[in-house]
Amino acid sequence: MAMIEVSKLHKWYGDFHVLQGISEKVEKGEVLVICGPSGSGKSTFIRCINRLEEYQKGTILFDGKDIHDKSVNINNLRAEIGIVFQQFNLYPHLTVLKNVTLAPIKVKGVDKDEAEKVALSLLERVGIHDQAHKYPAELSGGQQQRVAIARSLAMKPKVMLFDEPTSALDPEMINEVLNVMKDLAREGMTMLCVTHEMGFAREVADRVIFMDGGAVVEQAPPDEFFKNPKHERTKAFLKEIL
Amino acid sequence: MDRALNYQFDWQLVLSGEYADWLVSGVITTLEISALSLLLAMLLGTIVAVMRMTKFKPLEWVGLAFTEFFRNTPLLVQIYFWYYGSNQVLPEAVNKWLYAHDFEFAAGVIALTVYTAAFIAEEIRSGIYSIPKNQLEASRAGGLSFIQAYRYVILPQAFRIIIPPLISQSLNLIKNSSLVMVIGVMDIFYMARQIESYSFHGFEAFTVATLIYLSISLVVSLCINLYNKHFLRQISY
Repeated sequence: MAMIEVSKLHKWYGDFHVLQGISEKVEKGEVLVICGPSGSGKSTFIRCINRLEEYQKGTILFDGKDIHDKSVNINNLRAEIGIVFQQFNLYPHLTVLKNVTLAPIKVKGVDKDEAEKVALSLLERVGIHDQAHKYPAELSGGQQQRVAIARSLAMKPKVMLFDEPTSALDPEMINEVLNVMKDLAREGMTMLCVTHEMGFAREVADRVIFMDGGAVVEQAPPDEFFKNPKHERTKAFLKEIL
Repeated sequence: MDRALNYQFDWQLVLSGEYADWLVSGVITTLEISALSLLLAMLLGTIVAVMRMTKFKPLEWVGLAFTEFFRNTPLLVQIYFWYYGSNQVLPEAVNKWLYAHDFEFAAGVIALTVYTAAFIAEEIRSGIYSIPKNQLEASRAGGLSFIQAYRYVILPQAFRIIIPPLISQSLNLIKNSSLVMVIGVMDIFYMARQIESYSFHGFEAFTVATLIYLSISLVVSLCINLYNKHFLRQISY
């Protein structure tokens, strides 16, 4: 059974047909990179998976279950699907440690000591345990994004969504975030990453999909995708960014 | 000779004996009416702010009408309105109870509460709206329910923004409370005037009254500044 199974997904913003029938399967442990020009619907697509965006037609199965099924509690669903945003979106009034422990304590009912222990080990994993008692504003962009990743991981999600996680970073901070993501991929996390970091795609993606105009135009394993793009639009896009 | 030149200052007069007792009781009344009105205005202001933020149109309109009406009419007129008009507007039982107790004080509290609540509602609403939308999104995405997201993420940030303007609304309320003297509430201002009419030492009486208002306001301002220094530095997005 696939971890995520999307079929014939359609979404409109008013008259604008932003997703035009996307069907996609993501297996457990698979790392999928989604690229494409801006406005192609890639962020909207992954945001549908944890219901940050609603859609009008089609189905999304997560772990075999329709995410719109009445028996699915939306907060539990979201606890199992982590998301990392372009703008980090840390809570500025809480310390790094509390950013990471808030949801486990409040949503999962983990006790405070246990949550802090887990949080500190996650912060160590992303390389910022020594900043645990600082506030987000005191950290660099790259550090903030690594905290955001730790915050998502603290919920022990089955899938991680990345929505252009490095686009808002200064160039010298991109690698520190990508390295954390690569480690995560190698450890077997199921990941859907909207990114234009093609080095990352080459190194750890199982599959790259190219979206344009709200539809998947082409998909292939990274080697093939970069060496032999078939579609004209994919070729044009790759020429632009490589 | 000009009368003013013969005026003998007598500070001792207003600061001792019966006159001093009057002033003290005036200060107590001012603090009481301000504190009670502030508490009620916070409650009412929060309710009105929530009404204005619901997606339910009739509630939104009632909230909007409330704020626009009470913000845009003079407080002095509103005080007279509640004093003379309350028996037309309020239920009979409430009026009876009010007449049996301190009716002037109650009319003053109602006027100050409703007027201040209209301003407080706007401060609360704009404070909550100033929190970036992505904060709600990030907390919901992490699995927090809508109420948890407000309780742990949105409101704690909003309150840090709202509290300084709320304190300055409280300052306004304390100063505005001097107006209730027109309907006979025996606050600082009322007492100062009474001292003037008994002793003809109006200058001393009103100077002391002014200084009392000033010191109350300065204490409140000092608190705002301490608060700002302590809490506002770490917020940035």
